[in-house]
Amino acid sequence: MAKIVIDGVTYEVNGDNNLLQECLSKGLDLPYFCWHPCMGSVGACRQCAVKQYRDADDQKGTLVMACMTKANDGSIISIEDEEAKKFRANVIESLMISHPHDCPVCEEGGECHLQDMTLMSGHNYRRYDRKKVTHRNQYLGPFVGHEMNRCITCYRCVRFYDDYAGGTDLAAQASHHHTYFGRQSDGFLESEFSGNLVEMCPTGVFTDATFSAHYSRKWDLQTAPSVCVGCAVGCNTTPGERYGELRRIVNRYHGDVNGYFLCDRGRFGYGFVNSAERLAESQQGKGTGRRTVSEDEAVLELNRILDGGQVIGIGSPRASVEANLALLQRVGGDNFYAGVSDAEFAQLQILKQLSGESALHAPSVREIEECDAVLVLGEDVTNTAPRIALALRQSARNRADELAAAAGIPSWQDAAVRELAQRELSPVYLLSGYATRLDDIARATVVDSAPGLTQLAQALARTLDSAAPTPAATLQEEQKQLLGSIADDLKGARRPLIVCGTGSGSEALLKAAANVARALATARGGDQAVDFCCVVPEVNSVGLVLMAGETQSLGLALKKMQAGDVQAAVVLENDLFGRAPQSQVEAALAGVGQLVAIDQLPTRTTELADLVIAGTSFAEQQGTYINYEGRAQTSMQVFMNNQAARPAWKWLRKESETTLAGLLQTAETTLEGLAGITAILPVSAAAVAGMKYPRQSHRYSGRTAIQAAANVHEGKQPEDRDSIMAFSMEGMSSQRDTAVLPNTWAPRWNSNQSVSKFLDEVGGHLRQGNPGRLLFTRNGSSAGYFEPESAAVTTGDFTLIPAYQLYGSDELSARAEVVNERLTGAYVALAPHDAQQLGVAANDLVTVSADQEALDYPVCIRRSVKPGTIVAFTPAGQFPVAGAGDQVSLSKAQGSGQARFGNLIVSDLQQEGI
Amino acid sequence: MFSLIRDTFTSQLVTLWRVFKHMFDKKDTVEYPDVQPYMFPRWRGRIILSRDPDGEERCVACNLCAVACPVDCIALQKAEDENGRWYPEFFRINFSRCIMCGFCEEACPTNAIQLTPDFEMAEYVRQDMVWEKEDLLINGTGKYHDYNFYRVAGMAVGGKDKGEAQNEAPPVDVRSLLP
Ligand code: SF4
Ligand code: SF4
Ligand code: SF4
Ligand code: SF4
Ligand code: FES
Repeated sequence: MAKIVIDGVTYEVNGDNNLLQECLSKGLDLPYFCWHPCMGSVGACRQCAVKQYRDADDQKGTLVMACMTKANDGSIISIEDEEAKKFRANVIESLMISHPHDCPVCEEGGECHLQDMTLMSGHNYRRYDRKKVTHRNQYLGPFVGHEMNRCITCYRCVRFYDDYAGGTDLAAQASHHHTYFGRQSDGFLESEFSGNLVEMCPTGVFTDATFSAHYSRKWDLQTAPSVCVGCAVGCNTTPGERYGELRRIVNRYHGDVNGYFLCDRGRFGYGFVNSAERLAESQQGKGTGRRTVSEDEAVLELNRILDGGQVIGIGSPRASVEANLALLQRVGGDNFYAGVSDAEFAQLQILKQLSGESALHAPSVREIEECDAVLVLGEDVTNTAPRIALALRQSARNRADELAAAAGIPSWQDAAVRELAQRELSPVYLLSGYATRLDDIARATVVDSAPGLTQLAQALARTLDSAAPTPAATLQEEQKQLLGSIADDLKGARRPLIVCGTGSGSEALLKAAANVARALATARGGDQAVDFCCVVPEVNSVGLVLMAGETQSLGLALKKMQAGDVQAAVVLENDLFGRAPQSQVEAALAGVGQLVAIDQLPTRTTELADLVIAGTSFAEQQGTYINYEGRAQTSMQVFMNNQAARPAWKWLRKESETTLAGLLQTAETTLEGLAGITAILPVSAAAVAGMKYPRQSHRYSGRTAIQAAANVHEGKQPEDRDSIMAFSMEGMSSQRDTAVLPNTWAPRWNSNQSVSKFLDEVGGHLRQGNPGRLLFTRNGSSAGYFEPESAAVTTGDFTLIPAYQLYGSDELSARAEVVNERLTGAYVALAPHDAQQLGVAANDLVTVSADQEALDYPVCIRRSVKPGTIVAFTPAGQFPVAGAGDQVSLSKAQGSGQARFGNLIVSDLQQEGI
Repeated sequence: MFSLIRDTFTSQLVTLWRVFKHMFDKKDTVEYPDVQPYMFPRWRGRIILSRDPDGEERCVACNLCAVACPVDCIALQKAEDENGRWYPEFFRINFSRCIMCGFCEEACPTNAIQLTPDFEMAEYVRQDMVWEKEDLLINGTGKYHDYNFYRVAGMAVGGKDKGEAQNEAPPVDVRSLLP
């Protein structure tokens, strides 16, 4: 702790930080542009100038940049000093000399850091009368808009995009007052984190193009604290609605999970909520006999079926805990099955088993950033849990911080630290099925199929701990060497991390990864748990496996259905055709009396259902989701569905009095895995006189005009009986409690930079605590190492490796219209040599045949694919022809496909030969 | 004492005389609606949306009028034409709520929304006081004749490319090293 004096007031600060950081943490208003808590200082904008005095006697002082000056003990500074104020006013004036007169037609207007800082620094009228510099814009793809005239050359965009997120296609170009931030030429931004430019850029250069297409000002959006349903990371988001339509998603700060950043799937994949395809009303009957039914009819019919006996329920990893619970409570635990593929179910069971082990720890995203040696086993994190991939990039930079610390350079001195470290990175080892986006930070990569990687992992566990089971295969010398250095790095690290997941499709690999972590824990001794990050595919995969019984797999359900043991099956937000082979699903559906499907969008399953119930999207309902680390988080409802779709839990509850809280309370007592979950329910502790928290800002406009075209007599606001929030501008101030604060805003801070006002320190944690609760209780010791099993032998010439795509592997976001342009479509990737042997060129069709099934795929030729393996991408909603590690045969088929390989998310498309 | 009585008395007489004299003054009340009063140009009455000197819709759908409106009686939606020009897809004013305060006009950065001297807006049916863009948009510049927002703003729109706005240099060639 250091003591510094700011404008005569003494503050206790962290002396390692810089002055700007500390001023903001103390809630003081000091303008800045180029500094960012995650990216440190470069002193580029000169906006944060303050006066620093040598000692109490120094009357004159010197101007210093607050972001470049350490908050040394005893520092005396002044923000309010006249000279400092004048300096800042002059700086902003010079930054603005070429700024266009755009605010009214700028998407940033009203939430613009530049607007805020201009006002704060006191520049009002333009004095400069020379010509303004202008720039041409670029087309940057369907997500991000570009209006280069508005740039103030703070360099934040490239520092985020290139330095922080590892992008390569955005750069500063030209020089002096011509500096330009863009790509070499028009084309979509390749980084999967490009959307963060919208929030990073303090001006309106980079804006959300999907938002612009149905634009509203920040204050006009109805918002609520929500959780992204794109993947299992559980990033916190703020979706905004206007006129009954979801308009955009922006980041909502969470100190442990997403911090300041989201991935593009989460930010731009919301379009499915507004899709014209949405199931607006419930329907009954099949084929041509299908008719729309009213809400009451639907409820009656659903209850008739549910009360008819012999009903099974198939839960969903993309539905909320509450929706699954309502179904579970209705059909009974013995009739509730997990709606995931059998292979995934088996993997999730292992995760569940490991979740109680005290030697392992599931790290949060922030903790991942702190790790300084990483081993990734068989998971393409960028495409399955993108926010974690961004965190892994930061963990690789820990080496730079170490070097800086040794040289006495504070870690926020960004340029100095980078200069010092050059390309030195903390060790990251990637053992995966195909080359991934993270390859550029890897110390070594191994590309192999799941069985191959499993062997390596087993051998590694053995290297780390001689008590680990003997690996089945013997290794080559270079493999041994590699494992040796991995083992050394993991053992020697301050905080090592093992990343694996369900993406490999292999139960054996997951077990082997767990063995590595256990062996590492033993090798490191002591009782410090080893970070073991197991990535799962969907937002509530973990929740589902905590609810469903250990044997309640989908395969079992389908068998029962096929055997005619089941009167009716209720499928919750799930397309069975994406979870099991088509033949199996068809046979099951033929055997079942009645099929009920609850969903938001039509799927092949809803098409075959006897009763289709219109469910709501995440934005139109409140729900709890449990992320990869067992963190249960509440996502609040943003707006009311104005058609006949209702939340699934409401359709399914038996008594109309059942509440969300009631569902969770019952679950807490009956389901062991969910113990403690009710603690996350937002409570209105501060509520006075039954008031609720408003979803609309105090500036929300058009209240008396929006509905006036239909009826000039204003109706009541829709009532929210389910939560502590109201569809209104009125109520308690949500500024007091970050658990219910959707949008950050503070006087003089209209942009998202206002988030500092709600944190204990900038870049730290939310003042009232980060919302959510970790459900895993780790008090069990390890059950001992998993014994290697010999895999079932299948025949064929190629080993299959499942692949994932950021856009396409997630069912919902893939159905957003804007995402279309970024989809690849199904494909199998082959090594050039194998392709040549088969006589196929890119996009030719090949037939992939396994035991029972055969499917045609377009071919992608990738240099990184290991000969003898095929990397197969199957979009969500389709079931792959074979499982991971299975042998398949290939033959050339007629015709060609239209897969777009330019959309592959890999480290270097050119290197891949695409 | 005497002077007080005298002054009071005189004052009464003077007042009576003045009132009497008014009987011969010109009348201020007019036979409205047969006689129309003179309305000052800056009177705050019926709201219109105007066009710029080139005849294009002035409103750029910035939403500032709507947020300034103290009774929240303006609702609109931004749209964009094929050349990047912003305009309101719909623009609605609920005149049954409007208090003619003029804040919207004051907030408008483009001089699009203007209050006019027309006050004759009474309706028998309240619903008829909800006006849409078709009802609001006039074919002229209203009170302000010269201002054209897009000639000042930096965005390229149809008929005005980058570098062609007021006080703008031609777009930079990033491939050039010349100063
Ligand atoms: S584009 Fe935005 S972030 Fe990049 S330098 Fe310009 S103002 Fe800064
Ligand atoms: S990482 Fe996952 S949770 Fe986070 S924004 Fe992306 S899709 Fe959403
Ligand atoms: S005059 Fe006042 S009340 Fe009427 S629309 Fe404008 S701002 Fe609203
Ligand atoms: S303030 Fe003017 S330009 Fe903006 S929306 Fe209103 S009328 Fe249109
Ligand atoms: S924030 Fe300090 S110089 Fe830019």
